[in-house]
Amino acid sequence: MSGLLAYATYLPVHRLDPSDIGIRGSRVVASFDEDSTTLAVAAATALRSGLAEPMAAGSLFFATATPAYADKTNAAAIHAALRLPADTFAADLVGSGRSPVAALRAALAGGGLVVAGDVRVGKPGSVDEKTGGDAGAAVLLGDGPAIAEVLAVVAATEELLDRWRLPTSLTAEQWEERFGFERYAALVRATAGRALAAAGLEEADHVVLTSPNQGVAKRGGSLVKGLLSTGTSPLGFSGATDPLLALAAVLDEAGPGETVLLLSAVDGCDAVVLRTTDLLPGRRQARSVAVQLAGGRTVDYPTYLSWRGLLERELPRRPEPDRPAGPPSARGVDWKFGFTGSRCTACGFVHLPPTRVCRACDVADAMEPAPASGLHGTVTTYTVDRLAYSPSPPVVDVVVDFDGGGRCSLEVADADSEALAVGSRVDLSFRRLFTAGGVHNYFWKARLVPDGDESDRSRA
Amino acid sequence: MSSRGIADKVAIVGMGCTRFGELWDSSTDDLLIDAVGEALASAGIVRDDIDAWWLGTLGSGQSGLTLSRPLGIDYKPVTRVENYCATGSESFRNACYAVASGAYDRVVAVGVEKLKDSGFSGLLRTDPPADGTASELSLTAPAAFSLLDPAYCARHGVPAEQMREAMTHVAWKNHVNGARNPKAQFRAEVSRERIEGAPKVAGRLGIFDCSGVSDGAAAAMVVRAEDAYDYTDRPVFVKALALAAGPMRGGLDPAYDFTSFPEVVRSAQDAYAQAGITDPRAELSLAEVHDCFTPTEVVLMEDLGFADRGQSWKDVLAGDFDADGRLPVNIDGGLKSFGHPVGASGLRMLYEAFLQLRGDAGERQLADPRTALTHNLGGRPGGCVSFVSVVGNERG
Repeated sequence: MSGLLAYATYLPVHRLDPSDIGIRGSRVVASFDEDSTTLAVAAATALRSGLAEPMAAGSLFFATATPAYADKTNAAAIHAALRLPADTFAADLVGSGRSPVAALRAALAGGGLVVAGDVRVGKPGSVDEKTGGDAGAAVLLGDGPAIAEVLAVVAATEELLDRWRLPTSLTAEQWEERFGFERYAALVRATAGRALAAAGLEEADHVVLTSPNQGVAKRGGSLVKGLLSTGTSPLGFSGATDPLLALAAVLDEAGPGETVLLLSAVDGCDAVVLRTTDLLPGRRQARSVAVQLAGGRTVDYPTYLSWRGLLERELPRRPEPDRPAGPPSARGVDWKFGFTGSRCTACGFVHLPPTRVCRACDVADAMEPAPASGLHGTVTTYTVDRLAYSPSPPVVDVVVDFDGGGRCSLEVADADSEALAVGSRVDLSFRRLFTAGGVHNYFWKARLVPDGDESDRSRA
Repeated sequence: MSSRGIADKVAIVGMGCTRFGELWDSSTDDLLIDAVGEALASAGIVRDDIDAWWLGTLGSGQSGLTLSRPLGIDYKPVTRVENYCATGSESFRNACYAVASGAYDRVVAVGVEKLKDSGFSGLLRTDPPADGTASELSLTAPAAFSLLDPAYCARHGVPAEQMREAMTHVAWKNHVNGARNPKAQFRAEVSRERIEGAPKVAGRLGIFDCSGVSDGAAAAMVVRAEDAYDYTDRPVFVKALALAAGPMRGGLDPAYDFTSFPEVVRSAQDAYAQAGITDPRAELSLAEVHDCFTPTEVVLMEDLGFADRGQSWKDVLAGDFDADGRLPVNIDGGLKSFGHPVGASGLRMLYEAFLQLRGDAGERQLADPRTALTHNLGGRPGGCVSFVSVVGNERG
């Protein structure tokens, strides 16, 4: 069985004001240009940037309950954004909070990268609005030096009407919470017992239990206890991301040689038992879930509602953009999805996007690929465009000069125009610019990097 | 570069220009008929005397049929041209070459744009199917040109407030001029306070830093220079026609700093060489330039050689380009007062040059102008097409 080699999570920057939705704590929300696919890319990108060596993942499994497309493999876009080799298998596991367990099981069998992303949309006032969370997570499994070994995987399945959503509906339904709680309570106790027995353990050091049923999530500690910690997802329920996010939060803190019982109660119960290794303390994700959760910026409630399609706002008096066309997108897949330009082998000039004829020395067809999605750059000039079409105006645009060469004009993601200046440092984030004619326009945006950010290594 | 030009080989003998504005009651057909009709009448000839036609429009129609149908032109060569916001000038340039080549004796260049039927603000784009990654998709024209402002300040150490004053002066000046032009879209002076207090569109550009959106058409009748006096006592001779299309390197090259249009510099150099101009500041009587946004005009003064690098903001504030300054710029009110019906603007600039050089500019008339420059730009900082013409009322 494969071991767990690396993990990372991505929490969007935006938060709802707790007083707007009647909660204590925070509600993490994806921006208008984020969806399950981009959240997964963000987490996978963070995972990869923490690896000492190039990522070897023979398979890519994408778990989500809110796929951006049906009838089209969303994992293919993630595959392209990560510039994985063409012979990498990539597939979606779509449906519910149980999908990531399916992805984990697949990757445990033969290795692979598990990514998850979900945007939890709830009607105003609903439990999903109050206790959901939008996030992405990624876990790399395979042979090799593991940060955690998998000791046991067990499952139980039960049909029950606790949480559900019609595929055509934006928001979900739930039965009375106590009904689901009572059914799940028995399932969780039984499954946890079987899992510990299968792992040869009396008790686990850490128990983490996630479930879309908030009763289960809140009262998990009364069902199964860990020796050192007992908890649930720190975000609220983040859909298909939740089991991975909950596990990540434990791995952020756990010591070496400790056991973890991960329980996910969704239409049954899944349990995974792991034991951390001595490698864990040195290979935790760079930004822990707690650190990411502590940051963030408040988005006003009407704007959030408009992002989710729950409130329709007057748009600028500008035409909507055309849908991206299939053949040019396919020809330019390395650019559009991989942000790979071209570098002139004659003079070294970097072109973003790639060109055939060098703009600096005029030599033709002497280019090599210049991957740039992991680069940092400096803002050379910028503007706030109040006229342009955008799902969330105004558009903030920057001209970025990248470290090591190359210039590109880009939109700014999670834009805080007050914090923007000539000389600001930026990195890149894969986003959904807009959706037109039923086609999602994925591309990269610049993202402001705070001063002193550790990821900005290239800054002198 | 080998650009011999066609100085003094062709002449403009008639021009027409509609009123520019939100012309809800005029169609594209109406605008074409009115502009061409005025041009032909001013030259004293009729439609069937014209040997060939050039029509410039960005999006108000396709093919020569857009012109031949409303005018009822019978089986003559009619060519539609497009070159972004320099479309009107491009129509004129190609018409002139046709006469200079000897292929035709009498041609008409007309430019038209009907923008106000769309229901949208600003210009519409008609791009071919693409992958959705071009920054032009999100960045509107005001946003793209607003990049000039902070970049110019940073490059030349100009305090932001003084750059703001220079931009305001450009808008103020052009509206003062436009208030004296019966064909302008906006015929009122605008106070500096109102210009600076206007709602923001992009960057520091407010509504009054942007040219308006309007409908309009303008037309020129062009003949061989030696035939010019057959049509009028006061022909205007074409001294230079220059066009430069950039490689769009600025958007890719960290060396480009958004404080100049290299395409304008090149097209101006070419035009001055064709016209034999060595000191444009002394030899030009007036200039009509592409003031699509106020910082554009500030930068153009340097690119066209009217001001030293990094100094044009001072010259603008000193009134050098005002109606009574050393070189009046946009004496007709410019794009600021006329709006920018894309296909028409380049010919509208020539129309003012034609009026001024013939002494027909009414209360805007400058004293004894000899030589005028028109400058028309399409695209944006980092990649554009730039057109420069020089015309004069004396045959060299």
